[in-house]
Amino acid sequence: MRITVTVNGTEHEADVEPRTLLSDFLRHDLGLTGTKVGCEHGVCGACTVQVEGEPVRSCLMLAVQARGRSVRTIEGLAHPLQRAFHELHALQCGFCTAGILMSMEAFLREHPAPAEPEVREALAGNLCRCTGYRAMVEAVRSSSENAPSP
Amino acid sequence: MGGAAVKPAPFAYASPTTLDEALALVGNESRPLAGGQSLVPMLNFRLARPERLVDLERVEGLASLREDGGSLRIGAMTRHAAIERSRVVAEGWPLLRQAVVLVGHPQIRSRGTIGGSLAHADPKAELPVALAALGARYHVRSTRGARTIAALDLALGPLMTTLAPDELLVEIEVPALPPGARTAFVERARTHGDFAIAGVAAVRAPGHAAIALLGAAPKPVRAPAIEAALINGDELPAPEVDDAYQRALLTALIERAIA
Repeated sequence: MRITVTVNGTEHEADVEPRTLLSDFLRHDLGLTGTKVGCEHGVCGACTVQVEGEPVRSCLMLAVQARGRSVRTIEGLAHPLQRAFHELHALQCGFCTAGILMSMEAFLREHPAPAEPEVREALAGNLCRCTGYRAMVEAVRSSSENAPSP
Repeated sequence: MGGAAVKPAPFAYASPTTLDEALALVGNESRPLAGGQSLVPMLNFRLARPERLVDLERVEGLASLREDGGSLRIGAMTRHAAIERSRVVAEGWPLLRQAVVLVGHPQIRSRGTIGGSLAHADPKAELPVALAALGARYHVRSTRGARTIAALDLALGPLMTTLAPDELLVEIEVPALPPGARTAFVERARTHGDFAIAGVAAVRAPGHAAIALLGAAPKPVRAPAIEAALINGDELPAPEVDDAYQRALLTALIERAIA
């Protein structure tokens, strides 16, 4: 099936099988390998991207369902969160990081000044097997309107 | 779900834009695709191998959410996130908001739909239990006609419903709460966002009590003996559940829900 999808502001036209997952389309057809694929059944959150600004599991969406839609991946993200993750060591192996950043950027848009329990709850949809959540909570809060003044 | 993750088996894909087109397409091996948050994992594991998917996302008029003559009418393709953000829901039907925020994670609620949740009939899903406490009615269409199903008459058991293969759930109708009603949805899950082990949806108002249980049976059930005791001010009986652990859990959750 012929589809047109806008990814990170660039329009892409491609032929895909209906069974192609959005995650595989991004990685294999477009070469955007920043999106990671973990469990492929919607549990780990590693493949989180944004569709029309909403965080979604790209392994639970077919590429054909994204036709005519605007998709954003980690390659299209430029946000203070990334520097905060870097400076506060909020990643270890990094496999989960792209999905976490795509989730947290959407979260901060809806909750500009989150309390710590809200950040923890928001992070619950993304698994980090290095278990480095504490630094992530700090990094997200330091990028929010609740950031402690320097 | 066990087994190695693979990729979906091949299927044909249709994306109708009107309800009539969609109704003409669905049938035995031609399955509706709502938000895909349960069906796509089943496709990935090849637990489901439909010949064709009929994607309902672009069917006009299925994602509306409005108040109509005191009732709430929710299109079957309304996303969990839309229910979560709706002021109409928060003000008039707070139980739905209390339940929907417990469904998965934001990334799931962006795509998941209320109709998909009901038609999938996972016994651990929150919304069907909340809707059972609210006395919702489900409007169903097929090329053969239209019918309405009472909340407790939709699910038969795990992943089984009274919907025929050619029927589509199109709208959920939720009556107004009785005056002065207070509601609660409480559940026990291993981790936040995980499927619940047990849960309770409660509606209480003067002369009215509705208690629906998650984890008491392989489908949503009401607890009429507990409801009667609440209305009469009697001591609450234990929920009628065989499993001792589930009974203890539900007893504690009911106490919390009505506190």
